[in-house]
Amino acid sequence: MHEIALCEGLVQTLEEQAGSHGFRRVHRVWLEIGSLASVECDAVRFNFDIMARGTIAENAQLDIMEVNGTAWCLPCGLTVDLHRFGDPCPNCDSHQLQVLDGTQIKIKKLEVT
Amino acid sequence: MCGICGCEQTASGLGGYHTHDHVHNEVAELCNTSGLPRTRMVQVEQDIMAANQSYADANRTYFTERAIFVVNLLSSPGSGKTSLLVEAITLLKTRFPVAVIEGDQQTSLDTARISATGVPAWQINTGKACHLDAHTIAHALEHLPAIDGGILFIENVGNLVCPAGFDLGESHKVVILSVTEGDDKPLKYPNVFHAADLMLLNKIDLLPYVRFDMNAAIEAARQVNPKIGVFAVSALTGDGLVAWLEWIMAGIDHAKERRQMALLARRAALQHELDSIDLQF
Repeated sequence: MHEIALCEGLVQTLEEQAGSHGFRRVHRVWLEIGSLASVECDAVRFNFDIMARGTIAENAQLDIMEVNGTAWCLPCGLTVDLHRFGDPCPNCDSHQLQVLDGTQIKIKKLEVT
Repeated sequence: MCGICGCEQTASGLGGYHTHDHVHNEVAELCNTSGLPRTRMVQVEQDIMAANQSYADANRTYFTERAIFVVNLLSSPGSGKTSLLVEAITLLKTRFPVAVIEGDQQTSLDTARISATGVPAWQINTGKACHLDAHTIAHALEHLPAIDGGILFIENVGNLVCPAGFDLGESHKVVILSVTEGDDKPLKYPNVFHAADLMLLNKIDLLPYVRFDMNAAIEAARQVNPKIGVFAVSALTGDGLVAWLEWIMAGIDHAKERRQMALLARRAALQHELDSIDLQF
């Protein structure tokens, strides 16, 4: 979806973190992206390279960890995998699912100097 | 050559580190030959959307303290958002303060249509962006008069993908699907239907002329979001608008209750603070 806006947010967050953690250069960024976040990982990589130019994160390596979505199935009373919205429970075919995980777009850790 | 121990290992990787199969001086197993400072790891655990979320939370506090019911309208371009809004405003404006924030990539054509109803409206042109974010909403509020106890409509950019991911501090997201689109749209664009609390099926006056299965559309939406409410409406004939207006008025009442609860919580917090002063002296 709005991968440009996300990468802008990412670079802005890195600049803020530089102030609070006292670093001047970002060499590597580990991102966690949920499968339900509607984010195209290749587009994030492409846009990040562009948005990072001229910032503390220029030429930084981006590692994206994709996390599968999970949901709580009300009829089963179990946590089940949910690869995308609209899919049924793999056990009982119900759509009475409450999403638990998989919507995040999160910075996990950084390698910095 | 390694600058610390003089071994012949060559530097590789970021920061010029290399590993050794021997230990020098029992001090370093990693030597930095690049002359650059060593890299270090920083644990962050921060959501990239955190900045938007903090603006959204501030907006929500602002709305709660003023008992403003806020509806964030989402749909594809051309689903009839503005027409539906004009009809709702005409029926609501004599009873409640109403204001509108319009989001479009370009032009203020929609704001002109809303302003013709006599209620205050503010246009946000997003330019290259495909959605409204909470920060732009906070600035738009500076340009609108006080509407305490009333309703704020936010007409998002016509886009069924991106606006789903941005909390603006609204009370509810409402998605509009018109019968000239496909009844399988909730399955094709699930995020927005998952994020919405209510779906308005618009242009039902056109049902005799199009192939659109109302039940299939509702079933598809509930597949993505079992809790979504549904009203079938026509901005042109006015069919179904009463049900939607009743939903809005219930929301306005609810916003007043929430304001009372927020004020009571603030009073309790102040009382607690006063009590602690009494104890100190």
